[in-house]
Amino acid sequence: MSVLVYSESENGKLKKSSFETASYGKALAEKLGSKLICVSFNCSDSELLNKYGADRIIHVESSSLKEFTAKTYSHALSQVIENEDVSVVILSSSADAKYLGAYLAGITDSSYLSNVVELPESLNPFIVRRSCFTNKAFSSTEINGGLKIISISSNSYGIKENNGDGIIENLDLNEVSTTLKVSNVEKQSGKVTIADADIVVSAGRGLKGPENWHMIEELADVLGAATACSKPVSDMGWRPHSEHVGQTGKPVASNLYIAIGISGAIQHLAGINSSKVKVVINSDPEAPFFKAADYGVVGDAFDVIPELINKLKAR
Amino acid sequence: MNILVCISNVPDTTSKINFTDSDSKFDKNGVQFIINPNDEFGLTKAVWMKDSNNASVTVLTVGDSSAETILRKCLAIGADKAIRIDCEAKDAYSVAKEIVSHCESVKYDLIICGRESIDYNGALVPGLLAGYLNYNFITNCVSLEVESEKAKCAREISGGTEYSECDLPLVIGAQKGLVEESDLIIPNMRGIMMARQKPLDVNKAQNINSRAIDKKFFKPEEKSEVKLVKSDELDKLIDLLENEAKVI
Ligand SMILES: Cc1cc2nc3c(=O)[nH]c(=O)nc-3n(C[C@H](O)[C@H](O)[C@H](O)COP(=O)(O)OP(=O)(O)OC[C@H]3O[C@@H](n4cnc5c(N)ncnc54)[C@H](O)[C@@H]3O)c2cc1C
Ligand SMILES: Nc1ncnc2c1ncn2[C@@H]1O[C@H](COP(=O)(O)O)[C@@H](O)[C@H]1O
Repeated sequence: MSVLVYSESENGKLKKSSFETASYGKALAEKLGSKLICVSFNCSDSELLNKYGADRIIHVESSSLKEFTAKTYSHALSQVIENEDVSVVILSSSADAKYLGAYLAGITDSSYLSNVVELPESLNPFIVRRSCFTNKAFSSTEINGGLKIISISSNSYGIKENNGDGIIENLDLNEVSTTLKVSNVEKQSGKVTIADADIVVSAGRGLKGPENWHMIEELADVLGAATACSKPVSDMGWRPHSEHVGQTGKPVASNLYIAIGISGAIQHLAGINSSKVKVVINSDPEAPFFKAADYGVVGDAFDVIPELINKLKAR
Repeated sequence: MNILVCISNVPDTTSKINFTDSDSKFDKNGVQFIINPNDEFGLTKAVWMKDSNNASVTVLTVGDSSAETILRKCLAIGADKAIRIDCEAKDAYSVAKEIVSHCESVKYDLIICGRESIDYNGALVPGLLAGYLNYNFITNCVSLEVESEKAKCAREISGGTEYSECDLPLVIGAQKGLVEESDLIIPNMRGIMMARQKPLDVNKAQNINSRAIDKKFFKPEEKSEVKLVKSDELDKLIDLLENEAKVI
């Protein structure tokens, strides 16, 4: 039996999340006394997975996998799963991986669990801890059924180096027919996205208006961070919807979350609970966000942020 | 055109999350339940399609009788018909299998789910439905136009938007953007009265065994007290982030 990791790539290069899923996969394979197989599609640097303990690396090159769709990718993975004796499939928690995971579970009739945050606490029965209620709680969940698919919450396990000796094995797969065709992708280039960012700089209604976001963007630039916002800010059209974080928006699982002029409503906190370190900058010392923060500055954002940018630049 | 909207009954976003039965069950005591916000965006879109696509809209939930309150609300918002599959919603797999079994007897051109439920956050049911039914599937769906059996969709992706086209039947996972917050329909008196006349069928469940069983729930550890830094001592903040938290 093997543990199979789907190693996500973008523009032919492994995504950082692939190192975390491989690290997790290796630790799980060791617990199970089995091998770690990593599978990547149209990816030119998959040998890097050896650094995280890959025992085998399967590489598939196919023009039909050029555009990501849940169906084509799931059918490709299910063929690999059929060829190999796989007990657990590991995915990341990216939007694409979750899109794929549920569909893959359907076509392979397996059990799928998302938002897993730790290695299994028991193998038989198979029990893992996952976050639920938008990170307001965790659950130890038993998964039954033959093949198990799990998505690992980003940054929950971390990247751990390990020696692997996987040789790249090229594999040809059958194409699956689909009427779903991707016609166009619009993507901002050169901008860090919330999902991939180690640091997220987020601002709320305390910023008063969209014209003041230049300082948020500048702070994000200095830190190599992604920008985000609270719900009212995107509702009022100050910022795009894609930046709205919270229970009804995007989840953030970054290492550092800086919240500026955000009060810290329960629905906002729900989305950022799994961020590791939280810094709050707010003029109101009573703002509820301070209760959820690691570090706080009570002060006017219009004084603090320019000052902070200057100090960071001077570092 | 026949549309099915799958509705999940979830605790209101302000609910305090507590557990009972030695932390093995969610404590519903004093909790108000609402239509899962992602599903409400989907339902609104479906109601619009009654006009634009001459669609008929069925809402369905897998759950016990307490879920009927939100089904009535869906009817008041504009759905034509409601179905409750009578069993406790135990896990995404059993829920999806119940819906699949219903969809084998009634054919839908379009199945609208939410991208994820805000309680268990599985993001599972729509993908499972599409996988088992072999329908096309788009999640994180932020735009949808259907014309003569063909759908044009947009999906939010990391850092952008992806546009695609496919044939029906199709399953989507809806989210904000498919319609806007300000588009959500607040039922008026007439809608509420009309909803009373609309059918709400209770169907027998297949009683499928679940595959994911929550054994025990935990609350996150209490946070330690925030460390406050004076606004004129920002060097100290940078130092803490660099050397104590090691995040910059
Ligand atoms: C069903 C539902 C779902 C929701 N989902 C979400 C969600 O997913 N995400 C989300 O964010 N919200 C969500 N909300 C809204 C949430 O309840 C709050 O209303 C929202 O988060 C408040 O946004 P805010 O903190 O930017 O604004 P406010 O609450 O207005 O807070 C502004 C803050 O800025 C501070 N401030 C003002 N001036 C300055 C200054 N010069 N310098 C520094 N600080 C200053 C103030 O002290 C205040 O704390 C939801 C609400 C509902 C009902
Ligand atoms: N008990 C249920 N009955 C009907 N539909 C459901 C149920 N649970 C989940 N769904 C649908 O599946 C979507 C995703 O839910 P989940 O997989 O639980 O995150 C929801 O937004 C609903 O559209």
